[in-house]
This record gives sequence, C-alpha cells and structure tokens, in this order.
Amino acid sequence: MNQVPTDLPTRDLASCKDRPVLRQRGQHEVFCGLTGIVWLHRKIQDAFFLIVGSRTCAHLMQSAAGVMIFAEPRFATAVMEERDLAGLADMNDELDAVVDRLLARRPDIKLLFLVGSCPSEVIKLDLSRAAHRLSLKHNPDVRILNYSGSGIETTFTEGEDACLNALVPTLEQTSDDTPSLLVVGALADVVEDQFRRLFAALGIERVAFLPARRANEMPAMGAGMHFVLAQPFLTETARALKDRGARHIKAALPLGAEGTAAWFKAIAQTLGITGEDVDAVLEAPRVRAKQALTKYRETLEDKSIFFFPDSQLEIPLARFLNQELGMRPIEVGTPYLNRAIVGDDLDALPADALVSEGQDVEAQLDRCRAAKPDMVVCGLGLANPLEVEGITTKWSIELVFTPIQGFEQAGDLAELFARPLNRRTRLEV
Amino acid sequence: MQLTVWTYEGPPHVGAMRIATAFKDIHYVLHAPQGDTYADLLFTMIERRKKRPPVTYTTFQARDLGGDTAEIYKRAASEAYQRFEPAAMIVGASCTGELIQDDPGGLAKALQLPIPTIPVELPSYQRKENWGASETFYQVVRHLARSAPSPEAATPGLDQGIQEGPAPDAPQPSCNILGPTALGFRHRDDIEEVKRLLTRIGVTVNVVAPYDASAADITRLGDADFNIVLYPEIALTAAQWLKRTFKQPMVTTVPIGHGATCDFVREIGDLTGLDVSDVLNEETDRLPWYARSIDSTYLTGKRVFLFGDATHVIALARVAEKEMGFKIAGLGTYAREFARDLRDAAELYGVEALITDDYLDVEATIEALQPELVLGTQMERHIAKRLGIPCAVISAPVHVQDYPARYSPFMGFEGANVLFDTLVHPLTMGLEEHLLTMFRDDFEFHDGAGPSHLGHGHSKSTKPSGELPTPAEPRHQSGETVWAEDAEKELKKIPFFVRGKARRNTEAYANERGLSTITMDTLYDAKAHFGK
Repeated sequence: MNQVPTDLPTRDLASCKDRPVLRQRGQHEVFCGLTGIVWLHRKIQDAFFLIVGSRTCAHLMQSAAGVMIFAEPRFATAVMEERDLAGLADMNDELDAVVDRLLARRPDIKLLFLVGSCPSEVIKLDLSRAAHRLSLKHNPDVRILNYSGSGIETTFTEGEDACLNALVPTLEQTSDDTPSLLVVGALADVVEDQFRRLFAALGIERVAFLPARRANEMPAMGAGMHFVLAQPFLTETARALKDRGARHIKAALPLGAEGTAAWFKAIAQTLGITGEDVDAVLEAPRVRAKQALTKYRETLEDKSIFFFPDSQLEIPLARFLNQELGMRPIEVGTPYLNRAIVGDDLDALPADALVSEGQDVEAQLDRCRAAKPDMVVCGLGLANPLEVEGITTKWSIELVFTPIQGFEQAGDLAELFARPLNRRTRLEV
Repeated sequence: MQLTVWTYEGPPHVGAMRIATAFKDIHYVLHAPQGDTYADLLFTMIERRKKRPPVTYTTFQARDLGGDTAEIYKRAASEAYQRFEPAAMIVGASCTGELIQDDPGGLAKALQLPIPTIPVELPSYQRKENWGASETFYQVVRHLARSAPSPEAATPGLDQGIQEGPAPDAPQPSCNILGPTALGFRHRDDIEEVKRLLTRIGVTVNVVAPYDASAADITRLGDADFNIVLYPEIALTAAQWLKRTFKQPMVTTVPIGHGATCDFVREIGDLTGLDVSDVLNEETDRLPWYARSIDSTYLTGKRVFLFGDATHVIALARVAEKEMGFKIAGLGTYAREFARDLRDAAELYGVEALITDDYLDVEATIEALQPELVLGTQMERHIAKRLGIPCAVISAPVHVQDYPARYSPFMGFEGANVLFDTLVHPLTMGLEEHLLTMFRDDFEFHDGAGPSHLGHGHSKSTKPSGELPTPAEPRHQSGETVWAEDAEKELKKIPFFVRGKARRNTEAYANERGLSTITMDTLYDAKAHFGK
C-alpha cells in the first residue's frame, strides 16, 4: 500500500517539477474541516456556524480549539439524537426549530452557515435544501448558506475552502469591469491592514478581501477581477472564482521576506505595475523582514525538519525555512498537494526533500524516527509523545492560529520554529 | 436535535478510549473517520500522557462509503495487532462508524486473532462519555475475568463474618480498586491515597483497574475478597456483575471528605472484621481542626452552588455543608444516569436538584441563586468568572489545570486537606471581607478589586459597578417596584459578592408588601427580615 522510495534520485532544481511524491493511505492524524470554524467565526464578525452533527463534533470543537474563553461563541452544534435517526422526529423540522431558536437568541447574526459533518453526510441530510428553505423564511435579516466540514470529505483547513466556496455564488456581480484585486483566504486583521497599505503604495486601490469582516461587506465581482490566494488550501474556492470569470494570479505564498516579495511582485506584474516603483515600495519592508530573520538564522540553519501533514501550509513553510533560514527539510507531508497553487514553492524545495501526500501515521512515524530530525512539525496528538522520545516538536496548529503572512510577520514565523530549539537549550531538567 | 455550545461529556467512544488508554496492554480499533483522531490530544495534551492512546482509527473517507469499508476495518485491526501485539483488543465504532453498520465485532472475530477481541457497542446518539467508559470497562471485565480460585484462598475474616477479626497469622483481606481511568479527575492521586489508607487498615490491593492494569490483571479480579467502587460512574456496572458472578461484596462509600473517608474506613472494617479504630482515631487530616479554628468563622453560612458529576457533587455537598459550615444554595449534575442519587442528596439540604447537560440552564440557575461560591466544572468556572462569583473546580470535564504537578488527591484524609484549601482559596478572607464592607470607596481596596491574594482582576465583575445586567437581573423582572435614589446608592455600598442577593431580597420584600418605591428604610427592613 505504502511504498517508501528508498533511493531518491538527486536532481537539479530545474527537474523538480516531476519530483516523485509519496502517496499514503492509512490512519490520518489530522483534524476535520469543522476546525476551520475556530478562526472563521472570529474573522466574519456577524456570522454564525451551526454544525449539524453529533456529540463528537461538539466535543471536538471545544477540545481541539480550547476556545472556551469566548463566553458565547458564534458557533454551536445541533446534536442529532436517536429519535432523529430513527425517523421519530422529522430532521428538517427539528433543524428549523433549532435555527429559529438560535436566531431569536442572536439577533446580531446576519449570516448563518449550516455546516455538514460526518454523520450528516453519511445519512445524506440535504443541508443545501435546508439552507434554501430557511433563507426564504428568515429573508432579509439573515442569509443562510451551507457547506460540509466533515472528516470524510475535508481535512482541517479544507473547511475554510468549503466555507469560502459556499460564499462565492453569493457575491454580487457588478457591471464594473475596471481591474481589481481580490485577496482570498482568512488573514489576521493586522496582516490584512498591512497588505492594504502596501497595495495602496503600489497604486493598487481596488482591493477586496474574502472573507470580509462582516457579512454585508463581502466583495462584489466584476469582469476585471483578478484574485490571488493568501492561503494554499483554497482549491475549490479558486475553481469557483475562476468559474465566475475571475483570473487567478499564480504566486508563491506570502511567507517570509522572499515569499511575500514574490507574491506582491506577481500581483503587481499581473495588474500592469512594473519596474522600479514596485521594487521601491517592497524594498524597505523586505530588508526589514530579512533583518528580522537573521536573528533566528543561527538557531535554525542546517537543522533538519520533518513535517507531518496538517494544514497544506507545509510546502510553502518548508520553502521559507529552507530558502530563507537554511533549514533542511527531510520529509514534507501535506494532506493534499495542489501543484497549481503551491507549484512555485514546491519547485523551490531541495531535491532531496521527500514530499508526501496523505497519511499513514504509523508508517510515517517509523520514517520520522529513522530520520532523527532536529525538529518535527506535527499535530497536538503526536507532539508530546515525540518529545518524550527526545524529538523537538512544533505544534502545527499554531501556524494556522498565528499571524504569519507578510513582511512584518516573517520574524515572528521564524521565531515559532526557533522557540522549541531555544527552549531545549535553556532547560536543565 | 439538541442545540449545544459546550458539552459536559464527550461521546461514548471517548469513554471507551479512557478505558483502553488506562490499560497497559489493550488496544482499541475504532471504525472512525479522520477527524475523530482529535481525541488523542485529550490524553497527550490535557493529561500530558507520554504515549499516544492505544487507538487505531480506520479513517474511512466519503469515497470508501460505496465500497468496502468492512475490508478497511479488517485491515486496520489486523495491522494494529501485528504492530502493537496487545494482550486484548476492544473493537467498536464511533458515531459515524455506527451509522455505516459494519459490525466491527463480527469483523474482528472473523480475523481469528490469537487474543481476545472484545466488541463494545456504544449507541452514540443516545449515550455519552461516562456511560461509554462504564460499558467498556464492564465488557472488558466480562470477557476477561475468570472465576475465583478455590475457597481456601479466600480470607477467613470474610468467611467467618465479623465476630472477632482475622487471626494474627491469617492472610490480609484483599480488594480490587475499580474505576480510575485515563483522563479522570484526580484519579492518579486518588489511587495512591486510597492505597495508603488500605495499607493502614490492613487490606492488600489485589488489582487496581483499569488504571495501569494489564489484561492479565483482569483475569484475576476474582482473587480479591471484595471490590471498592471508587468511581460509580465508571465501575458500578462491572462491580455489580462481579458481585453476582464471584460473590464479591462491594464497598460503595466514596471517600471524599473527612466524614465520608471515616465512613469508608468503617465500611471496610465491618466487611473484613478488621479493627479500624486506630485508623479513625489518628487524626491525619487537618480539615476538622481548621474548620473549627475561629479563623474560619467567616465561612459560616456562605451560600454554595454545586454542579458536576454526581459522585463529586454529592460528596462535596456533604463537605461544604457539614465540614465547612457553608449553606447549600443549590446543586446539580449533568449525569442523568445518577439523577436519582442527586435528587436524594438535594432533599437532604432542602434544595431542588438541577439535572441538565445544557450549560445555559446552569448559568441561569447560578444567576438566579446568586451564590457566594460555586463548586463546579471548568464550565462553571467560566460562568462564575463572568458573574464575578468565586469558584473552585471539583469535577470533570477536565482541563490541563486539573492535572497539577503536585500530589493533590480529592480522596482520603489527604484529600480532605486538599478540599479545605480548594474551597477556601477562591474566597475573600475573613478580615479582608469586613474591611471591604467598611471602606468600599478606597481606591485600591474597593469592591471590584477581588481577594488580595489572587492578584488583580481575579474575581472582578465584568461591570465596574458589580451589577449584572443579565436577563436574570431583578431590576428587569420587577416591573412596578422602583428604587429611590438614596436607597440605590446605599445598595452599592454592600459588597459586590452579596449585592445581587441583597437587591433580590429587597425587591421580593417590597413586592410582598406592595411597596412601589424602595426607600432606605425598605432596604434595611429587608436586611433585618432576611438576616442570616
């Protein structure tokens, strides 16, 4: 089932485009797409996420995210019960009642997502029909959409992809065909603000972000729209935007000094802004980012790193750590490899780095132990047991919950990797 | 369909995981999609276990559903056997696995593994975590326990009844300690404390299970003279089966608190015929003295609300009322299986039991009761924090903070010491409470500052005035009664932790008497009327 290439040929960078990829099937030690709600419900400030699922879904949300700090978060689970499954209660009536109660309690909600789960998908509960029915009922106060965050279809960050993909058909169409830019993927507000300032400095005034911070501020689509991805895991959203006529700007992901510079340059070039102006705008923050990185280079250079699959950020991250900090990626695991999105980052990886897609966690742990990496990037279930074995780990989930994109965050991103190594040198216990 | 934001218990298969993880050599093969692996982090992050839980997830995907998911299960089970070589295997499904009806029990049996496979069917859409743990432990015991050896091996003390106690050279009576699991609330330290207590009594421990037990240990459960049901939520079903099957009596007193620990010791004394008077006479806990110390006078009659699993709530209610001198304002549990026990306990204290797993109900009850101390779970800690009410955590669901580095049992005499500290710590201490009342306008020492030993902003109410603008706020409830300005001002001079109660009482007093305006006099009339 899973074959580990034992003798990977060494190639030069030019031929990396057809690098072998180890495809794995087996136990996946990753979150399901529901977990994306943890950041999406903070990002879209008047949206509510109602999972239609089981007690497991509710338990996942509170355990995985540790978000009990929020008094009453904008997410909840409609837990299916025996009487629903046995047909004693009409599931659609039950769902309608739950939604009515919820909206009565939270009049501030303008956008409600019905989020499908493993059990709701297995019993084929039609949430799109439910969303349509409920939208009519609660129109115009609340718009109701649906997507699936189930673990049988989505892995961790693919939940955001499914959510944004559900938003795309609802974006208004304008007749305005002047060129504009849409930045796609939830970013920390601080990063979004920095990006806006840089776009303005580059002379790109017509910029919108998806998702917007409020439901009624979602961008409109025009014939002149180009979009760029700020996150690598948005395969379906990108497809939906292309289907609506937006043009995809292909670029490396905006991580680190070079990744961010390449991302802005690709955007500027597509929008017809070239030459010295671009360099002039980008040079100062790029140099500042590089300076921030030098502080961590000593700690990270020549250290080997092994990625377990988690968020699809692995390939851009490995590119950043290798190219900008001199780390040596041994294996870069990703839950799903979309070359159309991470191609630039993938091509920049050293030839001897094994790229793997999917997971068979026991086999991967065997490879990891054999490789004895200086650092492992993995999920919360694996981290402490690996630390016990003497392996330094970095929780991958922190890379999703922390502002890491852009020039000003390059140093912070490096620090996230330097800290576990640094800590090891401090402790004498 | 039930709308849930926070849940007190996980799904039943997480209960099964707590059993499997507690054992040293039992593996659990779970028919489940990829996301269900989140449960691993409960053990590796919250409990800081050094090993991953011994659980294999089949990780079926949507595209497998039309095909052969049963084959995926068989392969996962057989690979798990080869890799981990467990002594026994628990086989079952999570909530999604249950829906595809692949029969993990039958599939595992067909593999003819050379180890016992124990099918555990957990109805995910009816039951919850503790039930899942209880059922799984019961199934493991049923499948693995062998009948006891010949009667001679049993203890004379038991066979002869309790007339004189065992002869000096007779073997010590022995027991099993049943119930402690992985991810349990203070189970790690409770076991040690109960073992120490048993050593002092003169009882040997045959097996502790499932915590750190092996499958082989379960086969010799029958060797013990009796069973201690340490956590009824987990162990009662199994212990009842052992009683029926091996005629092993059960000790069911849960030794939480000074009085309950003494009862526990007596119960074992009665059962074994051992003389336990020395154990009872040696005062090894400080709780009785500390509670009698005049320093503790300020604890008198403090109104306490309790919520959690049934065992801890019932035990802590006794501690709070009988051993600390608090007054029970209300109590409740999320464990519906134990609703009857809790109602009985509530009756003892003249309050009504709240049986719910909806934290919003609990929040509304706490708001309405305005207790001075909440003893609850992490959920109540959040509720209490929001309401500015002191709170101590006494029950699962667990949090990383419930695994302290230090030895910190809830059970036995040392547990009583821990409880004294735990229940006193969140409160404003005696003299400080008086000073707050006297000098409430002091810029550093005002109402909202909270107990000085807890640092700034600990129990600070969300509103600077300490008022609670919530749906339960009496101001909104009493339509006709109006507060005169000076009375309202005077009310604010009452410390924030009793102000809500004072407001409620005064308004009730005014309503009863048909007063439309609450004056300064009404306020003090009410105070005199309701005085503790």
